[in-house]
Amino acid sequence: MAAAYPGTPSTEIMENLARFPGIYVEWSTNEKVALEVAMGASYGGVRALAAMKHVGLNVAADPFFAASVTGVRGGLVLVCCDDPGMHSSQNEQDNRHYARFAKVPILEPTDSQEAYSLMEWAFGISEEFDTPVLFRSTTRISHCKTVAEIAESPEIKRRPPKFVRDPHKFVMVPSNARPRHPLMEERIQKLAAYFEAFPLNEMILRDRSIGIISAGASYQYAREVFRNASFLKLITTYPIPENLIREFASKVERVVVVEELDPFLEDIFKAMGIGVTGKQLVPIIGELNPEILEERAIAIGLLPHAGRPPATQRVEHDFPPRPPLLCPGCPHAATSYALKRLGFYHVVPQDDMSGQKRGGIQQQRQGIIATSDIGCYTLAVYPPLLALDTCACMGASIGQAHGLEKAGVANRIVSVIGDSTFIHSGITSLVDVVYNEGRGTVIILDNNTTAMTGHQGHPGTGISARGERARRVVIEDLCRGVGVRDVNVIDAFDLPVIEATIRRCVETDEPSVIVVRGDCPLRVREKGKPLVVHLEECDRCFNCLRVGCPAISRDDDDVKIDPLLCMGDRCSLCLQACHCQAIRVREG
Amino acid sequence: MIKADLLMAGVGGQGVILASDALAEIAVKAGYDVKKSDSLGMSQRGGSVVSHLRMGEQVFSPMIKRGDADFLLGFERLEGARWAAYLRRDGVAIVNNLAIPPLSVVGGASKYPSVGEVEETLRRRTNQIYFVPGTEIAAELGNPQVLNVLLIGFLSVFLEIDEGSYVDDLSQRVPQKFLQVNLKAFARGREEALHRKETRHD
Ligand SMILES: Cc1ncc(C[n+]2csc(CCOP(=O)(O)OP(=O)(O)O)c2C)c(N)n1
Repeated sequence: MAAAYPGTPSTEIMENLARFPGIYVEWSTNEKVALEVAMGASYGGVRALAAMKHVGLNVAADPFFAASVTGVRGGLVLVCCDDPGMHSSQNEQDNRHYARFAKVPILEPTDSQEAYSLMEWAFGISEEFDTPVLFRSTTRISHCKTVAEIAESPEIKRRPPKFVRDPHKFVMVPSNARPRHPLMEERIQKLAAYFEAFPLNEMILRDRSIGIISAGASYQYAREVFRNASFLKLITTYPIPENLIREFASKVERVVVVEELDPFLEDIFKAMGIGVTGKQLVPIIGELNPEILEERAIAIGLLPHAGRPPATQRVEHDFPPRPPLLCPGCPHAATSYALKRLGFYHVVPQDDMSGQKRGGIQQQRQGIIATSDIGCYTLAVYPPLLALDTCACMGASIGQAHGLEKAGVANRIVSVIGDSTFIHSGITSLVDVVYNEGRGTVIILDNNTTAMTGHQGHPGTGISARGERARRVVIEDLCRGVGVRDVNVIDAFDLPVIEATIRRCVETDEPSVIVVRGDCPLRVREKGKPLVVHLEECDRCFNCLRVGCPAISRDDDDVKIDPLLCMGDRCSLCLQACHCQAIRVREG
Repeated sequence: MIKADLLMAGVGGQGVILASDALAEIAVKAGYDVKKSDSLGMSQRGGSVVSHLRMGEQVFSPMIKRGDADFLLGFERLEGARWAAYLRRDGVAIVNNLAIPPLSVVGGASKYPSVGEVEETLRRRTNQIYFVPGTEIAAELGNPQVLNVLLIGFLSVFLEIDEGSYVDDLSQRVPQKFLQVNLKAFARGREEALHRKETRHD
């Protein structure tokens, strides 16, 4: 069975698993739940996989450590995808540290073939050594395709599910947990010994002046750039097969470690007393690629200056960037536009919470603070919307707003969170606000999908991981159920109502929730009647451009709507922003 | 067997990834080792998309080094120009002659490069530059979505893979009701390339 919560670049794992019959699959409410579900299945003797992006393991860290203590019955594999370079993440973290931290082995493929072949090993190792296995990928493994041979009829080892009681193993009260710790230490020693002869670790001896130790995608870059060097490809990056490393080091003149992000291997090798060149060559920050590796290798004298013309010489002009945008017809746009306006123009009362006078123009012009969460709506931080003030990690917005309020910040504060994110980790914070008598306003942008990661179902959608109908959790009922009395459900395209509701809710002394509901146009793909600009009635105030819609643009001194991109009167945000009524629906 | 490194770039929604997936599979079937790597980031939201596709006897890195690409396939003018530095000296640039101005241009904060500027940028790498009216032809064929297949058709004239392989792949990949228009787009792309190759003098 398999459980996951979406997150780039790990999302496709579940999307593809869901196409196999005979495996139970689910989108779980968050990564912690996904891992706990997988743990339960493993306890029941069934092979189980959980998949998530790197930050997902922060959420799932608690069960991850717990699973390391209890061990498994059926194989338990956690596939975790790091995102060096932060193509689509809020931070850059090297999850190999988690393996060492939790005393769990890592397997790291270097291409699609290995990703495929290693999975069977991962489950086998998990069962043989009674441990969860961290299967680490990165963006360039996950979003990469290389030729892979698939076994004719993959052999599936299925055991009948059965839970055998064993409190010493499964009930981690201190007296049971204490004897498990020495077992974990022993386990890691045994794994290190086992990895000495792991057949997928590969030594290639050629020119002995440089010996490169590398893993993951970096290994392929190193093969590309160092054509003649000797190599040790490490699939088992934790625990380290020390004898293998020493043997390789003794056969080459200079050991070079090529690894992305942190000096994880380098530090271990140095602690073993092996002198290596590591971060001196490969930057600690960002995603590695063959070009950086080559440049750096030349810079520190590992490679000769090639006769190549300076390939990296810049030939580009300063071309305008193309950042991602809220799409035409996005149900988040109107709320973002409303927040932008309220944020800049709303005048806060001059008295702050403690009743002290704190006049001054600046104070007056601060307006509403909008703490935000992670999802498509975070794109409203970019111009021209500039609507949001914070974004940290999933679920943080509600707690942050509550903290700002309790700290005594005088502004009105709203938190902005998506439907999937609210269910992932917003609910507990809302309960906190209710219990601790906050007065925060939570705006739940409900586009009925997890849009950012490519439209996965979540409990609020009533659509399962297989795309089938499932029980729907009704978000407004949930909010009422935890004790919020002021719950509003409004239409995502009705600008005046959105503005009025926010204005009203921020003035009340109790917690309030505004569910702003409207379907994601990329999922629903329906258009309304087309909108047109009547230029003769337009006074060229260009307010319509400030809604940040890609379908409306300026053509010299005119404004035009691209009929191919525009979703028509399904949205009509520009129409509502136009004070001369120059944008209208084309009838007929 | 020759090696070919292709960089394909465009805007989210233009079918860049689909095109590179198809080409990758065609190349695998033709006996090449193939690796491809997509940067889609948040491409669904109209951002830049780029796909690296490498084929040869044995390929290690799934990413092309700047200055190494044999082909640059731009689905849009600005995106074609943006990745010009990846092209090797005298590589082939094929650019769909379409402008999709990003929001910074729409808002007046920056300027969309002129055809001249795009061409000048590419010229610093190569003289083999083909601007293709791909979107126009696709619209003429009645379906703007076939732009990617049309560009593959154009490119196919430069690769050592026989025409039949492409047609076979399309026939398996494309739903029956769109097959005809896709095959037409592929053929029109090829025609256009053959015609342009003949009439070049540089
Ligand atoms: C812990 C964690 N898991 C997953 C992600 C990836 N991720 C970013 S936003 C998002 C969900 C967004 O869905 P929703 O809140 O409904 O907003 P939408 O994109 O639909 O507007 C996910 C899963 C993440 N950033 N952090």
